[in-house]
Formats: sequence, C-alpha cells, structure tokens
Amino acid sequence: MRDTSAEQGLGAAMAAGVPKIRVRGLRKAFGPKQVLDGVDLDVAAGHSMVVLGGSGSGKSVTIKCIIGLIDPDEGSIEIDGVDVLRMSRRDREAMGDRIGMLFQNGALFDSLPVWENVCFKLLAQNRISRDKARDKAAEVLAQVGLAASVGDLSPAELSGGMQKRVALARAIAAQPDIIFFDEPTTGLDPIMGAVIDGLIVDCVKRLGATAISITHDMASARRIGDTAAMIHKGRIVWTGPAQSLGHAGNAMVDQFANGQREGPIQMELRR
Amino acid sequence: MAAILLDPLATIGRATLGACRVTGSVALFALEAVSHLIRPPFYLRLFWRAFIEIAWFSLPVVALTAVFTGMVLALQSYTGFARFNAQSTIASVVVISLVRELGPVLASLMVAGRIGASFAAEIGTMRVTDQIDALTTLSTNPMKYLVAPRLLAAVIAMPLLVLVADILGVMGGWLIGTLKLGFVSAAYLKSTFDYLQFDDVFSGLVKAAVFGFVIALMGTWCGYNSRGGAQGVGGATTSAVVASSILILALDYVLTEIFFAR
Repeated sequence: MRDTSAEQGLGAAMAAGVPKIRVRGLRKAFGPKQVLDGVDLDVAAGHSMVVLGGSGSGKSVTIKCIIGLIDPDEGSIEIDGVDVLRMSRRDREAMGDRIGMLFQNGALFDSLPVWENVCFKLLAQNRISRDKARDKAAEVLAQVGLAASVGDLSPAELSGGMQKRVALARAIAAQPDIIFFDEPTTGLDPIMGAVIDGLIVDCVKRLGATAISITHDMASARRIGDTAAMIHKGRIVWTGPAQSLGHAGNAMVDQFANGQREGPIQMELRR
Repeated sequence: MAAILLDPLATIGRATLGACRVTGSVALFALEAVSHLIRPPFYLRLFWRAFIEIAWFSLPVVALTAVFTGMVLALQSYTGFARFNAQSTIASVVVISLVRELGPVLASLMVAGRIGASFAAEIGTMRVTDQIDALTTLSTNPMKYLVAPRLLAAVIAMPLLVLVADILGVMGGWLIGTLKLGFVSAAYLKSTFDYLQFDDVFSGLVKAAVFGFVIALMGTWCGYNSRGGAQGVGGATTSAVVASSILILALDYVLTEIFFAR
C-alpha cells in the first residue's frame, strides 16, 4: 500500500494541520494501572497507520477510546477536526456510522447467518431491505473472495480464515471512511495472513478509507501500513514509515520489530 | 482488641458498599432497558424469538411442575384436612394455593433455571467474545438489541405460562381427587370454581409478570457484566439463577403483603 505519493500526501495533510484522526494527551487508568499516559497520534485522511507495541502497552485501549467503546479520563480525540468526546450521544452514534471495525477474533454474531452478519449495519439502519441484503451480502463476500453460498452458513461452520474474511466483509459493507483492524492476522497461517493483508489493502484503497491497524506481525505491518507508530507504557514513542520497521534507527522499535530479547524494552515478569 | 473489632466492621462495611454498588448497577441497568422499550427502533424479530423461547419451550417443564404440584397438594391437603373432617374444602385449597402462590412461584423458579441461565450464558459469551462491542461499532445499542426485547418477552410470556400452569395444576388436583380420593368429578369442579375469585387469578398473574421481569433482568445483567472468559460466563450463569430465585421468593412475600392488604 505504501508508496512515495502516499508519503507525500501524508506530509501534505499533516502540514495542512487537518489530519483525519487527531489524538492528543489521551490518558486512561484502570484502577491503579495507568494504561494510557498521554497518547498523541495523527492519521492523515486516506492513509493506513499501523500501531505496534507489546502486550498491555495500550494499543487496544487507544483504539477503543477512538471508537467510543471506552471513555478516556483525559485528552481529546478529533475526527475531521471535531472533538468526538464533546459530542452529544446522538452525534457520536452518527459518527459511529462512518466507522468500521474488524475485531481480533472476528466477533461474528453466532445467532445470525453469515449474510445477516455482513449486512448487519445496513439492516439495523434500515438502509436496505432483508431481500436486498442477501444480494448485497453476496456482493461484499465476493470482494473478500468468498462465494455467495457462504452467506447461508452460520459463523460456527467457517474456518478461522473464512471468519476473518466475513468479519472484514462486515466491516466494509456499510462503506465506512474510517476502518480499524485489531490484529487481523492473529491465529492465521502465514499464507492466509498474507491473503487477509492483501484484502485489507484492496478494501481500504477501494473505499478511500483511513485505516488504523493493531498488529504484532511485522510482515503484516509492512504490507498494510503507510505509517507505523510504536506505543510503549501508554505513550507513543515513535512514528515513521511502516517500511522502515526493523531498521528504523530507534532502539525500541528495532528491538520490537526484530524480536530481540535484549534492548531497552524489558519484559515485566511477575514473581 | 481494636483489630478484632475493626476487621468485622470493615468486612461488614465492604459487603454493604458492595451490595449498594450492585443494587445501584442493577437499578440503572433496568431503567435504561425500560427506556429502550418506549424508544424506537424496536426489534420485533428478537422479541418474538425470546417470547417463543420463554413461552413455548418452557411449557413442558412448567406443565410437568404444575401437574405434579397439583397432585401432591391434593394428597397432602386430604391427609391433613381429614383429621378435621374438612375434606370437602380440598378443591378450594388446591385452586387457591396454586393460583395465588404455587403456580407463579414454581413456574417462575423453573423458568429462572432455564431462561435466566440461558440469557446470562448467551449474553455473557457475547461479552467475552467482543460481540457486544461489535454491536456498538455496527451502530446498534446493545441494551436495545439484547436486553429490551428479552425483558418485554419475559413480562408478557410469564403470565401466559402461569395461566397454563394454574389450569394444569388444578387438573392434577382434580385427577387425584377423583381417581384416588373418591371425589365426584362435578362436585370437585364446582367446589374449585365456587371459591375462586378474580383477584386470586389477577394477583397470581401480576406476580408472574413481575417475576418474568426479574428473571430477564438478572439474566441479562449478569451476562452483560460477565468478565474473564468461560469461567466468567459460568459464574454469570450461576449468579443469574441464584439471584433471580432469591428475588422471586422475596418479591413473592412483598407482593403477597400488598395484595393481602387490599
């Protein structure tokens, strides 16, 4: 996905001071544990950012704060220049209509067939009739490489890779302009991981969407990201081009990307 | 000495604060759920699915409970009342006991075990597998989608179930009365209906509606707040059944007191 023009576009958008998503001073504590300790993040419109970090570093909490699943203690989250934390509940729900999310484990609804999962948002908002939803689901399933007949299966009948594809189809069915991917390749074999990455890149490009992905998979990060940000102990410690991961010149990023045991990041072991 | 005194006090204090926290949480949850019942959109398909699950699929277990309860009640009443030569009042005792107390309470306890556990397990599993978060990201309020239809379905289905339980329980008593205890069928039935008043039936059905609300509320609340994977879902299921059973018995006294005062 990343190319020279993308980086130039990112630079231009940042220079204009109007990132699609702008996070400032985000703080969140759960009891005594300060999970986010002042996260600052900018994502330009139409770009794909990958957020890296160790387990418990605050990646998922950051995304959940942006989506509105968790209320932060402090800070601001702007989407298109509007602070979503100051919005009324109704406006925030309307903002949610523009957002898609692929969850780590798919989070497909067990009680619904695949076609209803895919078109759930469209049906919930009465943007489509149930009759037309089947056709729409077949169309979106085709975009993620699945046959229309998959639509009649239940999520429990699908393999892990197929569940991810259906979850991706559900995330893009309502044509959001911001999409979040939470560890999209976790639990998949390397080939299926590459397939899912390819689908993510295609879908984001086709929709012209802005994407934020969380991943531990460096190959995946380089494939789907234009830019990357590293979060450590609740703060963003580095941002840069995703292609530079592994040779970023930042000791923390290089240690994490290359999977080195020795380095500035120390594993916290409980005894 | 001070430590001995302070520790129990601290324990009681913690327990009291915990109980207040839980009570407040359940009350806010109930208020929000009820508010969604009167605000669109309405999920009629989900309401209908929950209604069928409660009213239709609980019918066998409720029916069996009611029939056997009626039979046992007739036998036990006969044993006791025969000592005072008051056998003729058995039919009235059976019908009033069933309609006012045993029908609503026993049917509700059965449904609490079946439906309360099912609600808690289903919603709890959705919680720990991120499906509830997914609902939010799909522009759907989880309270409106998961909780409100179940509450409404339980409030409507329980009185219907209890009405069936009342009828079957009386039939159980009639069966034992006529086949085993030697009552004349017509006389038994006449005695049943002569002493039965509208208020008896009405109070039982009101109890059933309240118990239905409690079962659905505790099932959904426990599931909605479950944490920690399979163990958390198991705990939520157990809590839902225990809490709703205790609340049913406690509220039964409160409602009986209210109706008795009338």
